[in-house]
Amino acid sequence: MSTEAMDVPKAGFSFDLCRRNEMLTKKGLKSPGYLKTGTTIVGLIFENGVILGADTRATEGPIVADKNCEKIHYMAPNIYCCGAGTAADTEAVTDNISSQLKLHRYHTGRESRVVTALTLLKSHLFRYQGHVSAALVLGGVDVTGPHLHTIYPHGSTDTLPFATMGSGSLAAMAIFESEYREGLTREEGVNLVTKAICSGIFNDLGSGSNVDVCVIEKGKKEYLRNHLTPNPRTYISSKGYTFSKKTEVLLTKITPLKELVDVVQVGGGDAMEE
Amino acid sequence: MNTFLAEELNLQISSTKQLRSTIVNLSHSHRVLSFAEMVSSQNENSLLSSEGDSQRTQYPYVTGTSVIGIKYKDGILMAADMGGSYGSTIRYKSVERLKQVGKHSLIGASGEISDFQEILKYLDELILHDNMWDDGNSLGPKEVHNYLTRVMYNRRNKFDPLWNSLILGGVKNGKKYLGSVSMIGVHFEDDHVATGFGNHLARPILREEWREDLTFEEGVKLLEKCMRNLLYRDRSAVNKLQIAKITEEGLTISQPYSLKTFWNFAAFQNPTVGAEGSW
Repeated sequence: MSTEAMDVPKAGFSFDLCRRNEMLTKKGLKSPGYLKTGTTIVGLIFENGVILGADTRATEGPIVADKNCEKIHYMAPNIYCCGAGTAADTEAVTDNISSQLKLHRYHTGRESRVVTALTLLKSHLFRYQGHVSAALVLGGVDVTGPHLHTIYPHGSTDTLPFATMGSGSLAAMAIFESEYREGLTREEGVNLVTKAICSGIFNDLGSGSNVDVCVIEKGKKEYLRNHLTPNPRTYISSKGYTFSKKTEVLLTKITPLKELVDVVQVGGGDAMEE
Repeated sequence: MNTFLAEELNLQISSTKQLRSTIVNLSHSHRVLSFAEMVSSQNENSLLSSEGDSQRTQYPYVTGTSVIGIKYKDGILMAADMGGSYGSTIRYKSVERLKQVGKHSLIGASGEISDFQEILKYLDELILHDNMWDDGNSLGPKEVHNYLTRVMYNRRNKFDPLWNSLILGGVKNGKKYLGSVSMIGVHFEDDHVATGFGNHLARPILREEWREDLTFEEGVKLLEKCMRNLLYRDRSAVNKLQIAKITEEGLTISQPYSLKTFWNFAAFQNPTVGAEGSW
């Protein structure tokens, strides 16, 4: 075989920076706080594939840092991954494995399989012994059929017909355990996922805002961003923002900058799929 | 120091009920120390009586898991399983955690079983004194709830809590009442309440599906749905439960029975199909 399609990383946890971090903490440096996603993420298998769901609130302690973040990450055209835990960790680890999968697709000339993503993710997380705080719900449809897995921060995995993770997992699991059946249709599946995420949103303080849903079937996928928005802003002033009377008005002419720039469309629009 | 004390207490708990109530009485009057001294052959005073340590911190030993209560058309329905866990083992499987209080109320408890038995003694005394007035009046659920709140809160203020979460329900003069008290004295009244894990697993379902006009059958079905959920997802749950009903007419606590569970999902039969060798 020729050169490696993927760089095999050195085995074991890299302790290079531990001594330095310890020294800094002793000197009194407060290690930076991290943005947690205090989340409800769910997945279930229906008759033709997999449906993933997530809420959209990102918290930093008691404060909502992002009220409409995206927790369903792209891994491959046929595989998506929901992430709970530290936002940076879920983002970075899914991006990393997504790149590795793309290189692998080029190398093999075939569609990626869900177990490939699973093994890459779990090996990565195990190597970091739980310090990469990412709890994931991985789902997709490949040549072998639909698959749904959960991956825990220490690297253990489960293969399940329905799964929930995050702080709202108990509220969502209550809905799944009482109402899941095998062979759900697409509509029933989406409704059940939405109901479970809503249960997390309204019963768990770490989850909130809107519901994102992603339906993956053989050969096609549908990413329903903000499928449901049950928490709209209640009072919006119709006048908009009114400046105080004392504000000096400098200019009332508006020059649209768009006219000064030429926008050229290149390729087919999927230059960098996110 | 605490683990040494714990071992002594453990010895006694597994012997007779009589001794257990003795321990509880003594702990109530804050004399656990002298009892432990009686028991231990080697009188290691230095370990047991260090002035710095508070002797009142308690750890629950034999615990009951969640209790769920809902209001329905004719009164209150409550469900609790019959398990008494000793740490991570399910030691007792016939613990009755739903009990009658006076003419109008029903109490369900989770947490330390010996503290629950103590609470039942207090309630017994309360009802007795109420009956001795012989004035045709009887304490309703709201009054009993208030009494329990005061007991729990005052014990907590003395750093000597009764390690329980209680649910109190009843009907008096046509008015339904359902309330909850925790071990630190947090109390409130609501249409549906749960303790322990029930808060996380049962209340979301109750918030969705509870209605004012549930019939008895619908109420039982709803409770069973929640109890089944708890059975699947709470490690200290056992599949032997009782459901109690209290209405204006009176109280009935059902015989113990078990729920049907479903384990035949296709994905459970062969989880690694399509990925032989995966784990």
